[in-house]
Amino acid sequence: MKTLEDSKIFSWLHSRYDLSGILHLLYHKKVPVHKHTIWYYMGGVTLFLFLIQLLTGILLLMYYQPGENSSYESVRFIVNKVNFGWLIRNLHSWSANLMIFFAFVHMFSVFFTRAYEKPRELTWVTGVLLLVLAMVFGFSGYLLPWNELSFFATKVGTDIAGAVPVIGEGIRTVLRGGEDVTGATLSRFFGFHVAILPALFTIVLVVHLFLVQKVGMSEPDFFKKLPDEKKKFISFFPDFAIRDALLWLIVLYLLIFLALFFQWDLGIKADALSPAPTGIKPEWYFMFMFQSLKMLPPHLGFIEGEVFGVLFFGAAALAWMLIPFVKFNSKKYTKERIMLVLGTLVVLFIVSMTIIGYLL
Amino acid sequence: MKLKLNLFLALPALFLLFNLQANAFSTASQDSTVDNCIACHQDNDNMPDNYNPEDIHYKVGLSCFNCHGGNPKTEDEDAAMDPDKGFLGAPSKEEIPAFCGRCHSDFAFMQQYRSEVETDQESQYYTSQHGTLLKKGDTKVAVCSNCHTAHSIFSPNDPRSSVYPANLPETCNACHGDAEYMKDYSIPTNQYKLYKTSVHGIDLYEKHDMSAPVCNDCHGNHGARPPELNSIPRICGSCHVKNLNYFSSSPMGKEMEEEEIHTCETCHGYHDIQKASDDFIGTGEKSFCIECHDEGDEGYITAAFIKSRIDTLKLKYSTASDDMNNVIIKGMDDIDISFKLKEARQKLIETRTAIHSFDTSQVNTIASQGIKLSNEAIGMAQKEMDEYYNRRTGFIYSSIALLILGLALYLKIRTKNGKDKKA
Repeated sequence: MKTLEDSKIFSWLHSRYDLSGILHLLYHKKVPVHKHTIWYYMGGVTLFLFLIQLLTGILLLMYYQPGENSSYESVRFIVNKVNFGWLIRNLHSWSANLMIFFAFVHMFSVFFTRAYEKPRELTWVTGVLLLVLAMVFGFSGYLLPWNELSFFATKVGTDIAGAVPVIGEGIRTVLRGGEDVTGATLSRFFGFHVAILPALFTIVLVVHLFLVQKVGMSEPDFFKKLPDEKKKFISFFPDFAIRDALLWLIVLYLLIFLALFFQWDLGIKADALSPAPTGIKPEWYFMFMFQSLKMLPPHLGFIEGEVFGVLFFGAAALAWMLIPFVKFNSKKYTKERIMLVLGTLVVLFIVSMTIIGYLL
Repeated sequence: MKLKLNLFLALPALFLLFNLQANAFSTASQDSTVDNCIACHQDNDNMPDNYNPEDIHYKVGLSCFNCHGGNPKTEDEDAAMDPDKGFLGAPSKEEIPAFCGRCHSDFAFMQQYRSEVETDQESQYYTSQHGTLLKKGDTKVAVCSNCHTAHSIFSPNDPRSSVYPANLPETCNACHGDAEYMKDYSIPTNQYKLYKTSVHGIDLYEKHDMSAPVCNDCHGNHGARPPELNSIPRICGSCHVKNLNYFSSSPMGKEMEEEEIHTCETCHGYHDIQKASDDFIGTGEKSFCIECHDEGDEGYITAAFIKSRIDTLKLKYSTASDDMNNVIIKGMDDIDISFKLKEARQKLIETRTAIHSFDTSQVNTIASQGIKLSNEAIGMAQKEMDEYYNRRTGFIYSSIALLILGLALYLKIRTKNGKDKKA
């Protein structure tokens, strides 16, 4: 069978630049095959969706014009007049949502298989960072069509950021580019969305992917315990990559289907002077936090309920990111149980709060 | 802020002072600030009917003696209302127009209160049907106070005014709707009932459109009289300008005017004017054309042609509207279609207006433009629908392509697996 090394182009490059390092990174990794192998694909799907975001985002950038008087109009122009503009915009929106969904799935699959343990602590940290960045990506991109819902959701979202003690006011002013959500906020969010966040995301993503390739796939406990002759592996390249490609194709097909049959509304153009519409809701991935803040009482002892909520979620995110570094003095068995219970509670909390948020 | 606060405190004090003065009339009768007319008439519970302290005259500082004469500064009833010293008392009905006209016909006096003011109400009144009959000694006719009231007068722009547009029909109807009161005049008394059912009445009472015409818009106000037949088109045309222009320049308009045949009202009626229907024209049962024109004559053929063009335009416009709705339902782009349809709608309105020219050429020109615009809208809607189905076709093609690619990958994986097992 012809391999990558047999190709003339590769030989040409290899003879000049010595690509053995890259080859090693590709070929040395073996992917364990067992009943939970499916979870290994979640990261790849998230990566694929990010690439879709990158491509469709660049295409949208060719027509999108940020500004109070041009954002909504340019998105409407993209959707209605630009050839395949409707498809690109819908792919971008759907892909964004699916990317965050798969990132969550990927993260929890890693958590429950305890793949974050040594030597993958930094892979976990960069992964959590990527999820946070993806959510900020979503928040900043949500405002860009400048419609009524996104306008008021941004108002609410930046207000929540303003609840952080001491630095909250400053954060809100920096985010909004002033006292209120205006055209200045739009320009700022556009800057975050197309320049700052992509740069940060790309850096963290490269580190994350490098670490994944460098350290290799984690093996679950039951797999580790198997005798060597019963352990089954496939090579990352090309075997796993081909399977990845097949799944990517299926996801692409799903994306096109969603983009065609479940198109995203453009909504009503934002008007700062109009009253806030009823039922302002954030994007689904912020819903659990939004709902929790809504359900908190006005005061919890000496602290305001909203401030407590914001601090709690900030601390929880930090603790979640640092989980690989948490040491337990008790037996390993106890740590496994604690993590299982903790992870289950977190999933239940997120799912139930999201459902309540949409039902209430 | 300080000034406002002072005023705020001063107002109750003034109110208290006013009441003290009124109650202590007998002891403070020589006070030059006391208006003894009001004080005494209030004490004796003898104020005029419908007296309203918000009356426009009272609000600008005019009091009883400014109209009725007399001396408000003395408490002596005889001295206060001494005819030898200028006391006029209540005017008789015949005297009222001149009574009000003492000020309202005096431009210099009226200018003290408003920079732009009309002072011809009295002279106009005497040209009106009311004024003409009054001069002949008929005291049943309306004078100033019948429409404006005597002591509750407000600006015509004030919703409390009896002559505010929304109130005027009822004011006129107070006399004109009273069959017993109007029995000597041999005119109908159902105008108000009819008006309420008319397109204008519905605009006024149901849509609260204060620009809808009321009695005075067609009959005049101070010079109110029934319009002459040949002035009807110009009265209607004061609002329906284009209709008047078409009608005046049409051969039928000239003939109608010369022969004093009724004009606008012939088809549209007058007090009970209904929303115009396209069936008014043509050769159908509801058409007014066939009341004068017989089958085969020029007017009959013209009516049939005009109706056919309107019907064609309406059909095209309706088809285009339905097509656009389908485009909206499918979630496709309807913006340009809606603009095109607005233009077509405008042409439909213009065609309906151009009917009043009774000229097939003029009607055809505008109707054809509307039909063309509607056809363009239909074409645009079709294009959007084609695009809608193209997307689905595209989805089928892309599905096939992705399926082939997927199958190829799947086969590759299977082949590889087989080779690995053998190895």
